Amino acid sequence: MNDPVVAKRPAGSGDTGTERGVAAAHTASEAPIPPTPEASATTKAPHVRPGDRIFRGLATGSGVFIVVLIGAIGLFLILQAIPSLGLDNVNFLTSREWNTTDPTNLRFGILDLTLVTVVVALLALLIAMPIALGIALFLTQYAPRNLARPFAYVVDLLAAVPSIVFGLWGLFVLGPVLFPFSEWLIENLGWIPLLAKGNVNVQLGGTIFTAGIVVAVMILPIITAVSREVFERTPTMHIEGAIALGATKWEVVRTTVLPFGKAGYVSASMLGLGRALGETIAVAIILSTATSAFGWSLFDGGSTFASKIALAAPEFNDPRSAGAYIAAGLVLFVLTFVVNAIARSIVAGHKEYE
Amino acid sequence: MSTNLADPQRLATPPTFQAVSVSRRIKNGIATGLVWGAFLIAVIPLVWVLYTVIQRGFPVILDGDWWQKSMSGLLARQQGGGAYHAIYGTLVQGLVCAVISVPIGIMIAIYLVEYGGRSKLAKATTFMVDILTGVPSIVAALFVYTVWITYFGLGRSALAVSLALVLLMVPVIVRTTEEMLKIVPDELREASYALGIPKWKTIVKIVIPTALSGILTGIMLALARVMGETAPVLVLAAYAPFINYNLFDGPMASLPLMMVNERNNPTQAGFERIWGAAITLVVLITLFNLLATVISRALAPKTK
Amino acid sequence: MKIQRHGAVLGLVAASALLLGACGSDNNAPAGGDNAASNAAAAPVECGGKTNLNAEGSSAQKNAVDAFVQAYQAACPGVNVAYNPSGSGAGVKNFNAGQVDFGGSDSALKEGAETEAAAKRCQTNPAWNLPLVFGPVAVGYKVSGVDSLVLDAKTTAAIFSGAVKKWNDPAIKALNGSATLPDKDIAVIYRSDESGTTDNFQKYLKVAGGWTKGEGKQFKGGVGEGKEKSAGVAQAVGSIDGAITYVEWSFAQDNKLSIAKIDAGAGAVELTAESAGKAIDEAKIKGQGNDLVLDLDSIYGTKAAGAYPLLLATYEIVCSKGYDADTAKAVKAFLTVAATTGQAQLAEAGYVPLPKAFQEKILTAVKAIA
Repeated sequence: MNDPVVAKRPAGSGDTGTERGVAAAHTASEAPIPPTPEASATTKAPHVRPGDRIFRGLATGSGVFIVVLIGAIGLFLILQAIPSLGLDNVNFLTSREWNTTDPTNLRFGILDLTLVTVVVALLALLIAMPIALGIALFLTQYAPRNLARPFAYVVDLLAAVPSIVFGLWGLFVLGPVLFPFSEWLIENLGWIPLLAKGNVNVQLGGTIFTAGIVVAVMILPIITAVSREVFERTPTMHIEGAIALGATKWEVVRTTVLPFGKAGYVSASMLGLGRALGETIAVAIILSTATSAFGWSLFDGGSTFASKIALAAPEFNDPRSAGAYIAAGLVLFVLTFVVNAIARSIVAGHKEYE
Repeated sequence: MSTNLADPQRLATPPTFQAVSVSRRIKNGIATGLVWGAFLIAVIPLVWVLYTVIQRGFPVILDGDWWQKSMSGLLARQQGGGAYHAIYGTLVQGLVCAVISVPIGIMIAIYLVEYGGRSKLAKATTFMVDILTGVPSIVAALFVYTVWITYFGLGRSALAVSLALVLLMVPVIVRTTEEMLKIVPDELREASYALGIPKWKTIVKIVIPTALSGILTGIMLALARVMGETAPVLVLAAYAPFINYNLFDGPMASLPLMMVNERNNPTQAGFERIWGAAITLVVLITLFNLLATVISRALAPKTK
Repeated sequence: MKIQRHGAVLGLVAASALLLGACGSDNNAPAGGDNAASNAAAAPVECGGKTNLNAEGSSAQKNAVDAFVQAYQAACPGVNVAYNPSGSGAGVKNFNAGQVDFGGSDSALKEGAETEAAAKRCQTNPAWNLPLVFGPVAVGYKVSGVDSLVLDAKTTAAIFSGAVKKWNDPAIKALNGSATLPDKDIAVIYRSDESGTTDNFQKYLKVAGGWTKGEGKQFKGGVGEGKEKSAGVAQAVGSIDGAITYVEWSFAQDNKLSIAKIDAGAGAVELTAESAGKAIDEAKIKGQGNDLVLDLDSIYGTKAAGAYPLLLATYEIVCSKGYDADTAKAVKAFLTVAATTGQAQLAEAGYVPLPKAFQEKILTAVKAIA
């Protein structure tokens, strides 16, 4: 685990004191003002103090701990899922069936779950991304100070509202309000497959449409908070430069703030997407399950990975059936993994570009 | 007509200050409108949710019993009782979780910013923290259930909940702390090293105090998130309608758990308890945020 | 420094927790005498044992257990029972894992793995299934202009499998001679979570109505849409015209749903405590000795006049032996109260009090717990 660190930074974590001293002295003579704080620490410390060693060990240990922990979670999911996957009588990836009642005849596939999960999350992201961008710009560039502060606080406060409240709000408050609008969409734009009449009752509001909007509201604070942080750090010199060149407010934003904060904004959105993919209780409360397969309409019902697991978890009593749900959890885990990897690569690519 | 002829400025150098062209002004207007529009659109659901919670829950928490009594011995349809047991559970579970996750989270962030550099372990850690951010809470709960109860044979308890919450709290703390540590100017660190102060002391005495207010905000956000978590408490601690002070044994209520429980109570009493619990949670977290603001102001390094 | 500072925050949190600790109270005894306390004039119960019992299981019996707890606390001051209504599967699992003192389940322990695990948990003694709570399941509907509706198991099965799609279908009309039924689509609502109610409902349809879609805790009808928990389905049916569902009685009442009468062959029977009690009288026990496992076919298939057959029998799963002395004492005290004075409040909460004959069998079993 520690090898790469040791190899790269012999001065910090090596065991042989003399070697380290030599290396440090060598560096010191070459570069009086080292570029990184890490290097500067090693140069001015011919021998590593015990305090430093302990502290460094603690910090590195915490890093290792988290890596091991995630590994353990992944391993746990795999170990629990494999036996059930072996017993699956339909194709796990392409079947839309989900029947785990009889542990001796498991039939479960994740196609429908994947589609519904992705569609709910994407819808939420599509709604939340532009609005979050707007709010973040508003709060950092446009808003009067006395409006920005309380509003930023309200946004943060929403992180405190538990997801079950969002679920109940979606079901009791938002659903009925959305109903006439949904009906209008289906009647007038129903020829678009995405807005066709779905497999659940629109009046009940248990549709992907409602769930997507509620999840969008839930992830809005996260995306906004992170984007705001990034936009705030746009170098004042860039902004002042643009203003000096006679740019309008919008041009300032377009030429300085957006290019600077783009990567941060995208990775914030990916974090939001990760949250949307894993949202459990709110979706379980709002989204109706349907008996027919997902038909690419926003007015369909269905289950997401997380809601499927949450709805069944209290009745887990056979490891084989439970394994089927854990396998679904594993897919969700991998999906989150991929989304985060994409976010990372976007940010990394952006840095290299600069 | 004569004005057309008298247009000498076109030939001369343009003046320093020029009127902004119409198209640019229109674009600027549209952008301003959109940004304000986004703000207004966002205000609606955000305020709406809060309004729903306050309107339905506020009358409930005005009752003194709400803050002092448990639900012990009450039938679902009987009015009365309070959320004391759940408030206690939420505070204690959140507190224990914070005690475990704050040091771990901050140490990981310190590792990433101060020690890790571009090493493979640092990259792996960053990536893993991202994954952990996205781990659905129910998966975290099932994981802890398997390890804690199935493998180690330990009982369900508030402590088990706290452990599952740690999985959810650590990544948020790491993310925010990391961002805050990165903003601390290198000059501060270098000045400290120049005075011969060891690295760990520099971090503890210079870097962290400088970033403290941001770190505290992050901790409060993380605490807000875990205190409202439902799935882990559902799987790992049974609901107790009475007060259980014991962290290590027995079922313990918490506010989200109380809401899940009362969700399946179709009477007026259940309805009131759900929204009462919701607003109680929001009030608690607001108090924490205020506290954090006060403390970070008090402890922030004096700049003058 | 760092630790101290965070310690300060956490210390304040702890302080506030302690501050609350100073004034918390479990005492909710009402001023008036309108709860079990006044009814429990002479509970023949030997109190004692540990003060906090843990239990978990079926959400269908949650309100009944609440009533039992109230009576138990009236009979034995200072005791507590935590019943966690997370679901039958969790109840059985946590009972078998030794996490709770008794489990609540919508179905008896399954022969094989479950009974073996239970025996292991009870120090190699068998676990007993005691059917302590009977909750009628209502076929609740909402159709404007239709206040009274008669269904039989066969038609119910047809509705919940999608064979009957309209409210004015000849099959429904045949059972409701005089009523005017609208030409409206039937919207079937089912439980989206896995539930013992769904399981028992499908079992009933299979025994009495020729249901071929399958059993289990997942709804197999292949029609309609699922909502989460009893609260979700009842609320959904209450909010659209033409909807129908199966849900515990109390939820149908609280959401003001109309409840269908069931015709099991001897005329339409309304759902009341009496009519459901009659069906329990018909119940036969197939378990051995004090293991009171019910033969559900005898309830669901009953043709007795005036009996409402659609019942959900929920068990308390207990160890016959193998508890430590303190736990055994408390479990026995609780179950004794539950089977006697605790029954008084059940009808109000949407359950059926135990008929006499049944009550005695259960008390015999409870006494035998060691």
